[in-house]
Amino acid sequence: MSTTTPPARHRALTWLFLAPTVLGVAVFTVVPIVGSVILSFFHWDVIDPPTSAGSANYRELATDTSILTAFGNTLLFMVFAVTLQLATALVLALALQGRMPRWIQQALRSAFFFPLVLSAASISVVMKYLFNQDFGVVNWVLGQFGASPVPWLTSEGWAMAAVVLVYVWQQFGFSFLLFVGGLANIPRELHEAAAMDGATGLRKHLRITLPLLSPTLLVASVVGVINALQVFEQPYVLTDGGPGDATRTAVMVLYQTAFEQLRFGEASAIGVVLFALILTVTALQFRLSRRFVHYQ
Amino acid sequence: MTSVSYSSPSPASSPSSSGRLRERAGALTARRLGTTARVAGLLVVALLTIGPVLWTVSTSLRSPAESFDLPPKILPTGGTLAAYRQVFDQLDVWLLALNSALVTGLIAIGQMITAGLGGYAFARLDFRFKRPLFGLVLATMMVPVQVTIVPVFLILKGMGLTDTLLALIVPAVPTAFGTFLMRQYFLTMPKELGEAAMIDGAGPWRVFRSVYAPLATPGLAIVGVLAFNYHWNEFFRPLILETSNQNFTMPLGLVSLQGNLGTGSISVVLAGVVLSMIPAVAVFVVGQRPLREGITSSGLKG
Repeated sequence: MSTTTPPARHRALTWLFLAPTVLGVAVFTVVPIVGSVILSFFHWDVIDPPTSAGSANYRELATDTSILTAFGNTLLFMVFAVTLQLATALVLALALQGRMPRWIQQALRSAFFFPLVLSAASISVVMKYLFNQDFGVVNWVLGQFGASPVPWLTSEGWAMAAVVLVYVWQQFGFSFLLFVGGLANIPRELHEAAAMDGATGLRKHLRITLPLLSPTLLVASVVGVINALQVFEQPYVLTDGGPGDATRTAVMVLYQTAFEQLRFGEASAIGVVLFALILTVTALQFRLSRRFVHYQ
Repeated sequence: MTSVSYSSPSPASSPSSSGRLRERAGALTARRLGTTARVAGLLVVALLTIGPVLWTVSTSLRSPAESFDLPPKILPTGGTLAAYRQVFDQLDVWLLALNSALVTGLIAIGQMITAGLGGYAFARLDFRFKRPLFGLVLATMMVPVQVTIVPVFLILKGMGLTDTLLALIVPAVPTAFGTFLMRQYFLTMPKELGEAAMIDGAGPWRVFRSVYAPLATPGLAIVGVLAFNYHWNEFFRPLILETSNQNFTMPLGLVSLQGNLGTGSISVVLAGVVLSMIPAVAVFVVGQRPLREGITSSGLKG
């Protein structure tokens, strides 16, 4: 049956099935990527016709301190946020594995991934109040332990810390769910065998759990990095990139360059570099993973 | 795993073993203490996770004057809806909600339809260029919106769609990830079902519509729930594509409300945040399973 050529009617039907996805992806992803690269070699404010820029946009990117700072901030943010996010998620997923009543286990699991369903923009509005230096709840709680008020959103170093904390607060649930899934796939017998050999606690986790979980760790860190490099809502709402440029990120600069300054060519160059950065870091992770990831 | 009940050590059979028994009981107590400490630690983290949301709800129920009160109270003291009344005065909440619902609902339905059709074609139909086309769809899965936003904005401007709700809907309906997910879903279904239907005289559309599509409902639910959650909360694209207040969606309206009020009245802004959370929380409660499965299989959350 499958060897006969399908009638033209069937072929038309097949293309109808495919058309929305293939055309949509082509028009709204493939064309824009190519378009970004082309646009990045032009100056254009959408009002006057575009003029050729040669490599000027890229040279500007390499010399403009504000843009360089933004890319530096983005990388710094990525390192802190992804590390904290993965560590928190891993510890919680392991701790949740042990003995406890099932309903507590399920309630905890729901609580940990709940922030993930909220809007990053709205929750950042909430967090802006919580992290307020004078009347925020965070400083009030720290004050109970004797700490003096922390200038969370107004000092350069603390502002970055606040952005990282707010981001990780919302995102760790994602890695957590991945780890819970990965742990569930580790055969029980392996743990029992390790326990019989006298391995306990930390040792058991280091020798048995982590190597078996390494494929999941790779996925979690790759996706974590891709998402972190695109951070926007949290710094936009919490600090508007400030104080100074302390929390300005690559996507924020892209947004401001394109839609506040109407410099679409320069903004496209920023987008192209950001995409190249994402691809490079991801490729690096996969390369490194060959040494650390064990597939069963 | 299901319960903490520890059976007491078996009755001592001889006096000489009572020492070892006491040792074992001690070890068990230590383990039980360890479990208690672990669960207590987890509960503290859970409180930190849920705390800001509880504080939001509680503060929104206070009068604007009380909203700065420290120590923070989880339970509202008096309980007043004054802040909610003020939100409705200062913000066209109904319009924001309607816009968000339209955008989110149409994207979710559109994604279920296109991903269902496309996923089925890639899983079960034969056509030319199948592999390169599927490769293309896969490759676009990891391209972030932020990277393509400038040309997407220009394309939509060319179509005359900027500052309309369609600007948010049209580009979001075709979904590489949803198509991939549905393809995997259809691949798990036995081929024989369709072959049997074809022997009974069903055409390819009937085979899809009556045999496979009904079986794909759980997969389609994952696509729909994920799309709803993502686009209900979306901020970046609306910020760029919508400029008139009448086309704002919920998160955009809230951030502008906060900007207008400065730090004047927390409880009013928080009342708005609570209102905007309701649909997302409803989906969390009703569709937690597809949501969890979707999140685990995606990494799409941004």
